Amino acid sequence: MRNLILSQLKMGSAAFCALLLLLFFCTGGKCEIQSSNPASPSANPPVVKPFDHEPQPFPEEEKANLPVFTMDYPRIQVPFEFTLWVLLASFAKIGFHVSHKITIWIPESCLLISIGLIVGAIMHSVKEEPPAVLSSNVFFLYMLPPIVLENGYFMPTRPFFENIGTVVWYAVVGTLWNSIGIGLSLFAICQIEAFGVQDINLQENLLFASIISAVDPVAALNVFEDIGVNEQLYIVIFGEGLFNDAVTVVLYNMFSFVADMPVVESTDVFLGVARFFVVGIGGVLFGFLFGFVAAFTTRFTYNVRQIEPLFVFMYSYLAYLVAELFAISSIMAIVMCAITMKYYVEENVSQRSCTTIRHVVKMLATISETLIFFFLGVVTITTEHEWNWAYILFTLLFAFVWRGLGILVLTQIVNPFRTIQFNYKDQFGLAYGGLRGAICFALVFTLPDNINRKNLFVTASVAIIIFTVFIQGISIRPILEYINIRRTNKDLNTINVEVHSRLMEHVVCGIEDLCGQWSHYYWKDKFKKFNDRVLRRILIRDSRAESSIVALYKKLELQNAMELLDTPMGDISAAPSIVSLHDEKLAASRPKKKFLAADVKKMHDILSKNMYQIRQKTIAFTSKHNLPNNSQAQEILIRRHQSIRRSIRPGSFRDPVGDFLTRRKILNKIKLNELLVSVLQSTSGQSPRSSSRSLVPLSRLGTLRESDPRQQPGAPGVDTVDERGLGSLKGSSLRGRKAPLPAPRKRLSSQAEGDGDPDDFKEAGEAGEREEAAARPPPLPPPRGWVPDNQDSQEEGTGRPLIRHSSQGSRGSWRP
Amino acid sequence: MGASQTHSEHKFQDLVDKTGFSLEQIINLHKRFKQLSGNEDTISRENLDSIPALATNPIRKQIIEAFFDKRNQRQDEVGSFHEIGFEQFLMVMSHFRPPTLKTTEEEREVMRREKLRFLFNMHDTDSDGTITLDEYRKVVEELLSKSGAIGLEAAKAIADAAMLEVASTNVPHMEPDEFYEGITFEHFEQILKGLEMESRMHIRFLDVNTTTMHCGK
Repeated sequence: MRNLILSQLKMGSAAFCALLLLLFFCTGGKCEIQSSNPASPSANPPVVKPFDHEPQPFPEEEKANLPVFTMDYPRIQVPFEFTLWVLLASFAKIGFHVSHKITIWIPESCLLISIGLIVGAIMHSVKEEPPAVLSSNVFFLYMLPPIVLENGYFMPTRPFFENIGTVVWYAVVGTLWNSIGIGLSLFAICQIEAFGVQDINLQENLLFASIISAVDPVAALNVFEDIGVNEQLYIVIFGEGLFNDAVTVVLYNMFSFVADMPVVESTDVFLGVARFFVVGIGGVLFGFLFGFVAAFTTRFTYNVRQIEPLFVFMYSYLAYLVAELFAISSIMAIVMCAITMKYYVEENVSQRSCTTIRHVVKMLATISETLIFFFLGVVTITTEHEWNWAYILFTLLFAFVWRGLGILVLTQIVNPFRTIQFNYKDQFGLAYGGLRGAICFALVFTLPDNINRKNLFVTASVAIIIFTVFIQGISIRPILEYINIRRTNKDLNTINVEVHSRLMEHVVCGIEDLCGQWSHYYWKDKFKKFNDRVLRRILIRDSRAESSIVALYKKLELQNAMELLDTPMGDISAAPSIVSLHDEKLAASRPKKKFLAADVKKMHDILSKNMYQIRQKTIAFTSKHNLPNNSQAQEILIRRHQSIRRSIRPGSFRDPVGDFLTRRKILNKIKLNELLVSVLQSTSGQSPRSSSRSLVPLSRLGTLRESDPRQQPGAPGVDTVDERGLGSLKGSSLRGRKAPLPAPRKRLSSQAEGDGDPDDFKEAGEAGEREEAAARPPPLPPPRGWVPDNQDSQEEGTGRPLIRHSSQGSRGSWRP
Repeated sequence: MGASQTHSEHKFQDLVDKTGFSLEQIINLHKRFKQLSGNEDTISRENLDSIPALATNPIRKQIIEAFFDKRNQRQDEVGSFHEIGFEQFLMVMSHFRPPTLKTTEEEREVMRREKLRFLFNMHDTDSDGTITLDEYRKVVEELLSKSGAIGLEAAKAIADAAMLEVASTNVPHMEPDEFYEGITFEHFEQILKGLEMESRMHIRFLDVNTTTMHCGK
């Protein structure tokens, strides 16, 4: 509650003033302070409050001379106010997240609407007009695209295509069902004289019904994700929310066209149906087209990394606009475009661009949605309402009933076609997750003015949105937890689970082949072949078909290396703050893994560092307001710090599987460090050999590798690292496990120096190289007499890395 | 013809009780069985090996072997068949029956165990009740076999790590000279405890005949 009050305070006009002043100080320097403070009320028509006070700060200045200080507010008014609104909404968001307890129990959309209501009340009390941001054009051209782009881009592809039939079924048929059902029943209500709404005809009722049947389950999705609802349910709700936007917009356009006509003929109905398909399928085709073009373009952007992300946005927006131009479903177009290009683009662009793309997509969508909910609150207060108890209550009732009925009936129809059928609990979850939201509000608000009961429709829509978002949104979590809905355990981050889910997939696929049946696996297989043979060759610069596990492995290792570079390595205290970058709520809800013995934990840590690639594969469902977690990559960093630290302490390495493990740890280091080097080389652009920073000449390392990573496109240093590093493990590791040798304890202690305090790339790379040099020899089981010798070399190594390096290199000939 | 029809239907009725498939499903699968076996009563490894659709499956060998594994027949036998009849074929298939809405929690648990057992048997090629590191590696290798040399190397690392993971979660206190023998079924169950198998280990056996719709063999 504290936050709410806090935010309320922020909302006050005082806060507005403060904010403005702050902005001024930041941009204009100190000299304006005096000028903006002695504000005297003037007669200018107010737009943003603090400004009407000060049209001319220095009115008594000599008129003929060049004005020392001028102000031209109208010039900047629109972008300025827009910026302020966004800032205000963002502040509100910060406020919510001060305490997690609030956002767990009350969905963010509720809070945003509440803030909006408060701001609206304030504006209303001072007779302020809300900004005219929500016109039809602004909404459809600027606010909606980011939201759908985000949905499409972060769509969990695999579960989506596994359930595509069900999703489309619910989205298309379900929305039609709701629109027609609600429309007709409302029309029936309108016939009752006592309610006084006889002037609403059938077309308008249908139009209104199509608006309020758009399900926008943002709040429900957040809850679903939090409590780890079964992934099938999740994807069905997700997909439904996405595609029924498209259906709704089509219906909306159709009905608002029809609503103008005095008489609707049957041919119009057929034309409408035909148009429906043209619009939908056309949108999909356009999306594919632009998606492929975008992917193809990014094939050639490797020299202009800095504008890579731009292509993603421009092409998807272009898809949207072109679809809009031909009046086909622009939502389908942009979603399809995002889905299509994502896979290829992310392989083509650099890791940084990829991160940028994701961040910006998320950011834009969040802003857009925040603003819509915020305005919803504002508009609720400031517009004129027409309250008709009967009509609004019946709308609520029908929306509820038809949604429930629809899910029930549609599930009965779709269940026989599903391998895993939806039980009643699932159906309840689906029905109850049907909140109404941003799209619904925006559509009704942009209704043409010639609809005679527009105000009533606005009121009814706002009522239904507020009802569903508040009542259902708040209660959905306890209810779902109470009925114990099916869940998918997403915290299963073990290697075995990963291996086995893959294994099971292949088994099922094989068995299906055996019994001569086919399902989506069959099509998946077919597509994969086509993809590998044709699409990847065309669209991806470095097109080598890879198993998804290995692909992921590479990508992650590279990403980790990049992030290692980004972080000041020596600063261990920085680690927690990295963690806090990502969603803490998620981290908090994730049960801490318990390890019974410290030794095992250590072992596990080391292992997991190496094995993250496959762990990562558990799909991070995209919560609306958070980036998909790259927490693990960051965790690696932290663990790396820890392990480096640990290795400084002597005797800390008495692992049960001793020798094997130690070697593995070292391998890790080799890998990471080689990556560091190769990444450095590929990112910094110039040859690092020439730079004086490399204490260890890189040419020495070249003898280690089978090939120089720089000679390969991209940065596939991982392959060579893998082949060499793990190859040397081959055989010996098993032996090591069977007859564990005492672990060499003080190995790697020289890394302490590498962990010193390098805070830029150069030093990081240098440290990496040094570590690498230190870590290189151990792939063989060390002879017994090594330990003292090793210590010696460490001592001299700390002083002179070059000498240490060479001395250790010579030790390589000690092979037994 | 009519007589043999009723005879086979009578035979199938038995199988319905044994395996839980519906009659239509069994008739369907029988057709497929006949097709695979070249109208023989038994099926051999070569028959299954020659299915073109299977050719691209990385774990083809394991899948085929599972059909000839006596442990998958729900009887306590060990060893492997040379050829299997329709009943054995069905028995293996029945591991993949999806639960229906009527299935109770206990039954689901039993089904889950059976599926896990199936996977376990697949790994445990020498039927000694433990999956050794070698066996595990083999599986992971096969799994990644389609991805070239790097796949092989990564497979080793993955298998090693997976094995250690099992060891660390199941036998937390290990003496320095102790050594983890291999994954027993209990450990296997433990390690995959939270994994949702519902959506992954099921096949919707069709009631209608799709062989005509399926091109190829």
